[in-house]
Amino acid sequence: MPNNSLANKILSVADDSFILGHRNSEWAGHAPILEEDIAFANIALDELGHAQLWYELYQELTGAEPDRVIFFRSAAEWRNTQLVELPKGDWAFSMTRQFLFDVYENVSLERLVHSTNPRVQEIATKIRTEEIYHLRHTSNWVKRLGLGTDESHARMQRALDELWTYALQLFVPLENERELIAENVVPDLGILRDAWQEKTVTHLSASGLQIPENIDSVPNLRAEHTEHLAELLQDLQQVARSEKFGVEW
Amino acid sequence: MVKSVTIDEIWRALDEVMDPEIPVVSMVEMGIVREVKIENDTVIVSMTPTFAGCPALDVMRNAIVEKLRALGIARVEVKTVLSPPWTSDWISEGARAKLKAFGLAPPPMHGGNVALYFDEPVACPYCNSTNTRVTNNFGPTLCRAIYFCRNCQQPFEQFKAL
Ligand SMILES: [Zn+2]
Repeated sequence: MPNNSLANKILSVADDSFILGHRNSEWAGHAPILEEDIAFANIALDELGHAQLWYELYQELTGAEPDRVIFFRSAAEWRNTQLVELPKGDWAFSMTRQFLFDVYENVSLERLVHSTNPRVQEIATKIRTEEIYHLRHTSNWVKRLGLGTDESHARMQRALDELWTYALQLFVPLENERELIAENVVPDLGILRDAWQEKTVTHLSASGLQIPENIDSVPNLRAEHTEHLAELLQDLQQVARSEKFGVEW
Repeated sequence: MVKSVTIDEIWRALDEVMDPEIPVVSMVEMGIVREVKIENDTVIVSMTPTFAGCPALDVMRNAIVEKLRALGIARVEVKTVLSPPWTSDWISEGARAKLKAFGLAPPPMHGGNVALYFDEPVACPYCNSTNTRVTNNFGPTLCRAIYFCRNCQQPFEQFKAL
């Protein structure tokens, strides 16, 4: 069922953007400087907007309404990577995560705009330019913090050491993803990983940071999550699941 | 019902529906309204979002429906289309002048490659000086960046190229 593998793929893309957008929105009012409060809130809103477009496609493929998908799934039913569900940590941690994710989105979108699936192609084309803005912003910050004070450098290195393995989960293929690659609906994740690695390593090195060499075991099932996702969902879903909202269903 | 209203009249009415985030320009001038069709007794308006996460989308949709209802059109359908994706190059000449008068520097015409213009100087909408610097690539709404004019010593905003 090629449609089924496409739906699974789209859900994983939507969930990554959504959970990351939600995590980053936790910085509202807490960013180190006011300008950054605004910038990070914008980036979070963009990610949620992109997730919305992918959830709409998911609905077209499966009939599942976005609100139900977002508010009524338990942790084990989410298909985001563990990378995006980890708590926001310090500023260096959130910035490094967003940077690693932005590079992934950029290398992915520049290929998805050529997807043979017209809806995938159209959504990717719509959001690609916005992602160029994100990557420019986070690249600047990574450099600024990596080459900044001893303290900021140390925090960046610590964040990178922790995040690198998690980021690699973005390149673990889903079951049946091969069919989609064969039909040129989505790019080969091996090719994406090479492109991602080249870009991240170049920029991180220029920012004075060491690429971690010891790679722990990469999480490989998107159905498996850390305890942090359940906490995030409790926060996100409690209003929707409360009686008041529940009567609408 | 619809027969008494022409497509031209509908376009003119829509040209009075302002962009909720920039109340000096209409959604038509911004290139947000893409197409108007009449099918049977229904007016179908196609619109396209500027930035994907734009929270004003519902407000815009409702404003279109309300405006056309006021013209006596009972059945209005507003469709959201993504293709071709909205680009700031579609903002009309007239709207660019209005943005500037509003204190919002218009985006450069980029022909599909915004990155080429990232380091281009942005002229201050108040004094036209290009002696300006960006203070934040992200602003109070998704579509704006914040600048500072070194010539007239004032902050200003730019409508971002997309
Ligand atoms: Zn000036």
